[in-house]
Amino acid sequence: MSPEPTALSPNSASPAAGAAARARLLAGYQPAADAFDELRDATGAVRPHWEALVADLAGKSVAELQRRWETGRRFIRDQGITYNIYGEPDGLDRPWRLDPVPFVISAAEWRPLEAALIQRAVLIERVLADCLGEQRLIRSGQLPPALVFAQPDFLRPLHNVKPAGRRHLPFYAADLARSPDGRWWVAADRTQIPTGAGYALANRLIASRMLPEAFRELHVQRLAGFFRDTQEMLAGLAPRTGREPRVVALTPGPYNETYFEQAYLARYLGYALVEGQDLTVRDERVFLKTLSGLEPVDVILRRVDDDFCDPLELRNDSMLGVPGLVEAVRRGHVAVANALGSGLLQSPAFMAFLPGLCRHVLGEELRLSSVATWWCGQQAAERYVEEHFDELALRPAFRAAPGVPLADRTEWLRRVRWQPESYVAQERIALSQTPVWAGDGFAAASVSVRVYLVAHGDSYRVMPGGLGRIAPDSAARFVSLQRGGASKDVWVRAEGPVEDVTLLGQASQPVELRRVGNNLPSRLADNFFWLGRYAERADATARLLRSALLRFSPESTGGAWPVLAPLLRALEEHGQLPRERRLQVRHQPEALEAELLAVVFDPARNGSLRQTAAQLRQIAILVRDRTSNDLWRVLTQFEERLAAPVGTTSLLAGDAVAVLNHSLLDFAAFHGLANDNMTRAQGWRFLDMGRRIERAIQLCTLLDCVLAASDAENLGLLEAVLEVCDCSITYRSRYSVLPQLAAVCDLVLLDDTNPRSLLFQLNQLVKHFDRLPREKLTALPGAGQRILIDCVARLRLADPRQLGRAGTKVADTEIAQIVRHVAAAMPQLSDAIAVSYFAHSSIARAGGETVAAKEVGP
Amino acid sequence: MNYRVTHRTTYEYAEPVAVSHHAARVEPRATNVQSRSDWRLVITPEPAVQMQRPDFFGNRVCFFAIQELHAKLEVTATSVVSVEARALPAPGLSEPWDEVARRYRDPVAPEAIKALQYVYGSPLVQPQPEFAEYARESFPEGRPLLEGVLDLNRRIHADFAYDPVATTVATPLVEVWKSRRGVCQDFAHIAIACLRSLGLPASYVSGYLRTRPPAGQARLVGADATHAWFAVHCPSLGWVDFDPTNNCQLSDEHITVAYGRDFSDVSPVMGILTGGGSHTVKVAVDVEPL
Repeated sequence: MSPEPTALSPNSASPAAGAAARARLLAGYQPAADAFDELRDATGAVRPHWEALVADLAGKSVAELQRRWETGRRFIRDQGITYNIYGEPDGLDRPWRLDPVPFVISAAEWRPLEAALIQRAVLIERVLADCLGEQRLIRSGQLPPALVFAQPDFLRPLHNVKPAGRRHLPFYAADLARSPDGRWWVAADRTQIPTGAGYALANRLIASRMLPEAFRELHVQRLAGFFRDTQEMLAGLAPRTGREPRVVALTPGPYNETYFEQAYLARYLGYALVEGQDLTVRDERVFLKTLSGLEPVDVILRRVDDDFCDPLELRNDSMLGVPGLVEAVRRGHVAVANALGSGLLQSPAFMAFLPGLCRHVLGEELRLSSVATWWCGQQAAERYVEEHFDELALRPAFRAAPGVPLADRTEWLRRVRWQPESYVAQERIALSQTPVWAGDGFAAASVSVRVYLVAHGDSYRVMPGGLGRIAPDSAARFVSLQRGGASKDVWVRAEGPVEDVTLLGQASQPVELRRVGNNLPSRLADNFFWLGRYAERADATARLLRSALLRFSPESTGGAWPVLAPLLRALEEHGQLPRERRLQVRHQPEALEAELLAVVFDPARNGSLRQTAAQLRQIAILVRDRTSNDLWRVLTQFEERLAAPVGTTSLLAGDAVAVLNHSLLDFAAFHGLANDNMTRAQGWRFLDMGRRIERAIQLCTLLDCVLAASDAENLGLLEAVLEVCDCSITYRSRYSVLPQLAAVCDLVLLDDTNPRSLLFQLNQLVKHFDRLPREKLTALPGAGQRILIDCVARLRLADPRQLGRAGTKVADTEIAQIVRHVAAAMPQLSDAIAVSYFAHSSIARAGGETVAAKEVGP
Repeated sequence: MNYRVTHRTTYEYAEPVAVSHHAARVEPRATNVQSRSDWRLVITPEPAVQMQRPDFFGNRVCFFAIQELHAKLEVTATSVVSVEARALPAPGLSEPWDEVARRYRDPVAPEAIKALQYVYGSPLVQPQPEFAEYARESFPEGRPLLEGVLDLNRRIHADFAYDPVATTVATPLVEVWKSRRGVCQDFAHIAIACLRSLGLPASYVSGYLRTRPPAGQARLVGADATHAWFAVHCPSLGWVDFDPTNNCQLSDEHITVAYGRDFSDVSPVMGILTGGGSHTVKVAVDVEPL
C-alpha cells in the first residue's frame, strides 16, 4: 500500500502545510494510556492502513469536512434513519447517530479474523443442534447439564424439531473488542436475532458518500455480496421447491428498538415486512393474509424473540407471534431463520466452555477467544468469582434471569449464592481507542465492532465490514447505543481494487417482470385506508377553521354570526367544539377566538388539528415501509408546524391563519405525492378510498349545517361554503351573479366534473370498488356497493332548483334529505369495507387470547 | 380399581371464531401403577387438522385446529383406566434429603441428569428464599427425604385454605403464598416451590380423583373435577406422588394424566383463537368406578 496524500489533497499546496494540517487533525486525539491505540503504533506513527484516510482528511479544510458531515446528517434525517429507545417519552424515532470517521481494518488483519469467526459460527451451530437434539455433549460431560436445563431459553417444544434445511443458525453475529495487547476477543455471541446488519448497510451508504475519494483510495470491500448471499441462503431454506419461494420478514412492530432497520433490510432484500397478525397457520402451513386471500409463505426471517413466536406452544401471552407456527416448523412446512430455540446459545455462560467444545466437536483449537468468563453454576468458578469480585463484571447468565444492576457487593453475592447457575462473571477489558470527529479534528473513543456471518454451504461467509459502536468517552468499558453511543462504518480493506457488487441486475437470475406489487397484507390496507381518512380529515378541518378565523372579527361577532354559526356547528358535529361552549362564546369574541385557536393547536383538545396530526403520524409509522420518504417528510413538517407556536404567549387569529395556509400546502403536497408517485396498486386504492369517504362525510356535514341554518341563503355564508369547498373560482367562472343557494349546491354536491363535489367522490368510490379483489367474485353487488349505488342514484336524480323556490323551507327540501341520507350512509360504507377487507386482521387483533381452564379439583 | 373417565371441555364464544389452534393433554399416561384402554377423543366441530404426539415430558398431546366458523367447541376424552393399589414406600427408608439435594448441585451426578430440570424455576414456579425458609421446618439435617415431604404435605394442607374463588389460572404464586388460599393447582405449586427452593426435584401432576357421594346418596354423573398434585424424585424409588389438597399420598383413587414442571406444561385443553370476543369454558369430569 502506498498512500499518496498529495494526489488526494489539492488543498495542501506544500509538504509543510500538509504536516500542519495533520498536526491540527490529530491534536485532540488523546487515547487512554492503558488501551490499544487503533490509529497509532507504539512509536506514535499512524498505522499504515489508516494513513490514506488521515491524509485524505488532513487534505481537506475543516469547513469542507463540516459541510460533508452536515450532508450526511441531512441524509439520515431525510431517509428517516432512526432507532427507538425504550422507556423514554421522546424515545421513538431518534435520528441514527453516525460518527463520520470510519473504522479501518487492514486486509492482513481481517483474513485470520474472518477464518476464526467462521470456525466459531460452525462450532456454535453444532453445539446448538446438539442441545436441541440428542444432547450428547451433556451426556459425555462436555457441557454441564444445568447450562441447558436451568435456562429459560431452553424451549422444550423445540427439542428434537429438525429445522428446514437442517440449519439452526443461518445468521450469526459477534461483538468484537480489542484488548490492550492488540488481540481481538469476542465480548458477546448473537445467535438468535443478530441485529444491526441493516444499520451497517445504511452507515456504508452515508460514509461512502461523505468520503468518496478515501473510500476509493482505501480499496474498501463492498457489503452487497453479503446481502446477495443472504438472499440466496434464505431462498435455499424453502422446504417447497418448484416455484419462487416467498420469504417474509417478521417484525414485532414499529415500536421495536430496531424497527427502522427491519423495514430497511426488508426493503433492500425485497421481502414483505409483516407482523404476526398478518400470518396465519392453516393445515400446518403458514400463509400471509392478503386482500385477495391467503398466500403461502416458505421462509420467515424473524425479528421476534423465540418464545414470542407461537402463543400456542411458547409464551401464551404473546401477541407478536403466529399460533401454530411451531407445529408448522415441526412438520417441515416452513423455515424460520434463525431457527426457533437458537436463543439458547446466546447465554454468555457458553463462552466458558467453547474452547473445550471446539476441541471435542471440531478437533481444533478455538481460534478466537471469548472474554474470560466464569459461569457461577460451577462450584470452582463461583468460588473464583467470590474471591475476585471487584475485578470482574457480573451479569445474568440467562436472558430472563433477574438482572437488576446492583452496585452492592453483598446483595450481588447473596443472589449468586441463591441461584449460582443464573450468573456469569466476565473479565473487564479496556476497549481499544479509535479516532472520532470532535468538531475540528479527532478525539479518542472506545470502540467495539459487531460482525455478521451468513450460512453458506457447510460453512459461513463473513460480511467484510460491520457495525462499529463507540462509547461517549474514552474510558468506557462497554458500549451501547441505548446509552447514548454512536455508530461507525467499518472499512475492511482489500488487497487490491474492488469490484462493484450490487443486488440489482444479477444476470444469472432474470427477474420476472411485474406490473403489480405482491399482494398487500390486509392489515396494511387497513392502515392505508385510515391514512387517507385522517389526511383528508386534517385537510377539511384546516379549511373549515381557516374560513371561520377569516370571518372572525374581534370588534363585532354579531354581524358575522349568521356566517360563523353554521361553520362552528360543523366543527361541533365532529366533536371539536363542545356545543355548550359554542353557545357560551357567542357574544364573547375573546373566548371564541381562544376556542378556535384551541381547535387548531391544543394537543389535548379532542379532534384538534394538532391531535389529528399526531394520529396521522402514528398511522404513517405503520405503513412507513410502503410509502416514500417524501410523504413521511410532509407529515413530519405538518406536525412540526402545529407544534411550533405552542408556548408562545399570545397567539392571534392571524397567526393561526398563516399556519393553516401552510398546512393546506402540506396537504396539497401529500395528495400530490400520493397521486403522482404511488403506483395504482392496492395501497394507493385504499388510501384514496379513505380520502374519498372522509371528504364525502366532511362535505355532507358542512352542507347539512348550512341547509339547516335559519339563513341558508345568506350571501356571506354561501361564499364561505364555496371557500371551504375550494370552489370559489369555479363558481365565479360559471356564474356572473353573486352566489345563490341552488347554484352552490349544484356545484358542491351534484356536479360530477368538479373534483370537490360529493357526486365526484362517490363516482370515484364506485370505480375503486369495481377493482377490489373480492367484489369481482360475486354476481350480486356486495354491501358496500349497494350503499354506493343507492347514494349515487339519489344524487343523480336530485333537482337543486327547488332550493330557489319561495315558500319552501330549505331544511325540508329533497336536497337536504339526500345530504342527511349520504351523511348517514358513509360511515356504514366504511364499516362494510372493514368487514370485507380488514376483518381477518382486526379480529385477530382483538382475539388471540389464551383459553385455559383452571384445575379446580377437590 | 377400574374406572371409566369422561372429561368434557366446552367453549362457548360470544362471536363466531374463524380459526382456532389447540393443544390438549387429556390422555391418561401409562405409569407403573396405571394402564389405560379404550381411549377416545371426540372434537366437535371436526378439526381440519389433528395430530397426536408425545411431548418433551412424555405426555401424549393432541394438537388440533378448527378452520371453519364456529361458536362452540366441545372436546370429550373418554378412557377406561385401571389403577393398582400399591403399598406406599416406607418414608423412613428413603435417602437423607440433603444428600439427595447434593446430587443436583455441581458437579451433577450422571444418574441425576434426568430429574435435574425439576430443580430449577419454571414459568409458574420460581424458587424463593421465603419458600426455603418455610420448608426448612420439615427438613432438619439428615432427615429421610420422604419423611420430610410427607410432613411438608401435611403442613401445606393445614396452613392453606381450600377456596375455589380466591385464585384464577393467572394468579401468581406469591399471591397464593400471601393469602394462604387456593385450589389443588395452587397447593401443588406451593409444594413444588418449597422443594425446589431446597434444591430438590419436584414435578407437577395433572389428573382426576374419584369422589364418593355422601352416604345414602347416588353418585352424581359429571360432578367430578380435574385434579392436580405433585411428585418428588427419590433416588431409590423414582417419582413419589403426594396430594397436599387431601393430605395424602397416591391411592388407587388418583388417576394420572400428565407430568410437567408446572401447570403451564400440562394445561389440559388450551387454545388460541382468532375472533370469538368473550368466551365461557365449562369442564365436566366423570370418574365412574367399574
